[in-house]
Amino acid sequence: MARAVTTQRKIINTAAAWAVGLAIFFPILWTILTSFKTEAQAIADPPLFLGFDWTLENYSVVMERSDYAKYLWNSIIIAGGSTLLGIIIAVPAAWSMAFVPSKRTKDILMWMLSTKMLPAVGVLYPIYLLFIKLGILDSKIGLVIVLMLINLPIIVWMLYTYFKEIPGEILEAARMDGATLKEEVIYILTPMAIPGIASTILLNVILAWNEAFWTLNLTAAKAAPLTAFIASYSSPEGLFYAKLSAASTMAIAPILILGWFSQKQLVSGLTFGAVK
Amino acid sequence: MKRTYGALLGACATIAFASVAAAETITIATVNNGDMIRMQGLTDDFTAKTGHEVEWVTLEENVLRQRVTTDISTKGGAFDIMTIGMYETPIWGANGWLVALDDLSPEYDAADILPAMAGGLSHEGTLYAAPFYGESSMIMYRTDLMEKAGLEMPEAPTWTFIREAAAAMTDRANDVNGICLRGKAGWGEGGAFITAMSNSFGARWFDMDWNAQFDTQPWKDTLEFFVGMMSESGPAGYATNGFNENLSLFQQGKCGMWIDATVAASFVTNPNDSTVADSVGFALAPDNGLGKRSNWLWAWALAIPAGSQKEAAAKQFIEWATSKDYIELVAANEGWANVPPGARTSLYENPNYMEVPFAKMTLDSILSADPNNSTVEESPYVGVQFAAIPEFAGIATEVSQEFSAVYAGQQTVDEALAKAQAITNDAMEAAGYK
Repeated sequence: MARAVTTQRKIINTAAAWAVGLAIFFPILWTILTSFKTEAQAIADPPLFLGFDWTLENYSVVMERSDYAKYLWNSIIIAGGSTLLGIIIAVPAAWSMAFVPSKRTKDILMWMLSTKMLPAVGVLYPIYLLFIKLGILDSKIGLVIVLMLINLPIIVWMLYTYFKEIPGEILEAARMDGATLKEEVIYILTPMAIPGIASTILLNVILAWNEAFWTLNLTAAKAAPLTAFIASYSSPEGLFYAKLSAASTMAIAPILILGWFSQKQLVSGLTFGAVK
Repeated sequence: MKRTYGALLGACATIAFASVAAAETITIATVNNGDMIRMQGLTDDFTAKTGHEVEWVTLEENVLRQRVTTDISTKGGAFDIMTIGMYETPIWGANGWLVALDDLSPEYDAADILPAMAGGLSHEGTLYAAPFYGESSMIMYRTDLMEKAGLEMPEAPTWTFIREAAAAMTDRANDVNGICLRGKAGWGEGGAFITAMSNSFGARWFDMDWNAQFDTQPWKDTLEFFVGMMSESGPAGYATNGFNENLSLFQQGKCGMWIDATVAASFVTNPNDSTVADSVGFALAPDNGLGKRSNWLWAWALAIPAGSQKEAAAKQFIEWATSKDYIELVAANEGWANVPPGARTSLYENPNYMEVPFAKMTLDSILSADPNNSTVEESPYVGVQFAAIPEFAGIATEVSQEFSAVYAGQQTVDEALAKAQAITNDAMEAAGYK
């Protein structure tokens, strides 16, 4: 029998959830608020919360100085492309690990994950030289490949976890009905794992969108995404916090909106199979 | 007739092709500050004059440094012009990574570049980067608070006077700190300030055999004086304050004095951003009577990486951006107070510019810093607030972290100096200097 939850407990839980939610959201809220202040208001002490003269000047300056559309387009291509490529490679990999495991499957999974522990700067020069040789420095295709590779372990791990929740008997039944391997993966496995795949895609898009080491180090003028757009407003010698906040708000807005509208899928995907 | 038309068409096509081939698109990596942003806004003038287009890559200073270092050391060719400073230029010039700027046109008048700047941007007498703007450091102080304290700022004060004045101006009840200085870790932040300050106390980083000198009395005197003065009159949490934090404090009227980059003068006197714009005075950075002041010397300069495919167009840009005409262009568009300072002698002979309140003090500060002779005792390195060797940035960042730990009260001056000595000697030994 389920334990009854008292009204008082509900109120406490709700208040606690709101407090945690607001604490997590506060830096974003503060960035958004600062983007509507003047530079002088942005550094005011005590800080101004809502009682200031709101201005759109920072957005106007940022739009005038930078080609936002170009950065946005590059971010979309790089995040979308690397995610798509990653999913295409990771689905068969995760399928084989989940349904046809070998003695070394666990070791391979751990080894894949261990590549994430390598400090990125440790391989900057080899990758940079490789990019020069291949002629893909400052190109979107180069970044699509690199971001796909660095996020691939996470994609494989997530899909592997979701696939493990799907009963193997269903796939066996499909095979007995004459489904080929390709049909089994495309028509049986993938539709059943849609929530998991969707959340993997979303998480990977967010990771690729926010990636700032490789996107800054492997681009110049042509393929630079929104991370470079933000970096161009940061300065250790000059107070440009309001403009930096406007640039940051413009950079995070698309991914924030995407996350907001897909939060249901994201939560259901991340908790997929968590409770039996 | 047909043949004539054909020949004409061919000639037109050749001319068209030739002009397309001559017009290049150059990529420039630069930092985000007011002068550089202004230059980006005026690039149309360069394009109109030469036909060359410009693509900008603007990055935060430390990101830019890492980015261009990776590119130039691998001959990546991502940039046709790089914005670099006085620290990198002589090292990269010596490595053969930069194109020598020894064939600039007579109209450019390279001899007009301030000698201190040209010296710091050269290797063995060859200029490798053209200064876009130069800076030193100086005292910016509140004239009203100084008057209230019953003191008068000398044009060239001593550290003793500054400490006394800071104590007299401090008003904790009204949130006024007598002095605001950099304490933040980082070779270009607190590290730059304490190194420049140490010069005036007779300290140096290395002796002539590249032995670290943190076990000497001048370094102990420098740190003890700094910590003592900041404890008496500095803001709370100064261990994490850099340029921006102090600028913010000064603009809000919370600092009596601030010793920092001369470019800050235009910020603190701008009434749109500063609440104390009409009561700011300037003076030379302090000394200790040992013949060296505590001001630094820096320039952001434009350089061409060796092997650039667009060297001719890049040189044209550098000539345009660092020319006398460019200064006139900025003055016409934005006023004399906004022209890039500290690069050309002729700017300081211009009566229009000398009316700007901080112009003379900026020049005096630049002229009083000598990167080839920055320390009281002889030293083997070039540079005022740094030693122009590749290992310095890494060593100085670690050393400044130890110093910041002193400012934060986490260790004593003696402990920090002992660690700094060991860090520096170990690194120099590993690098083969000893």
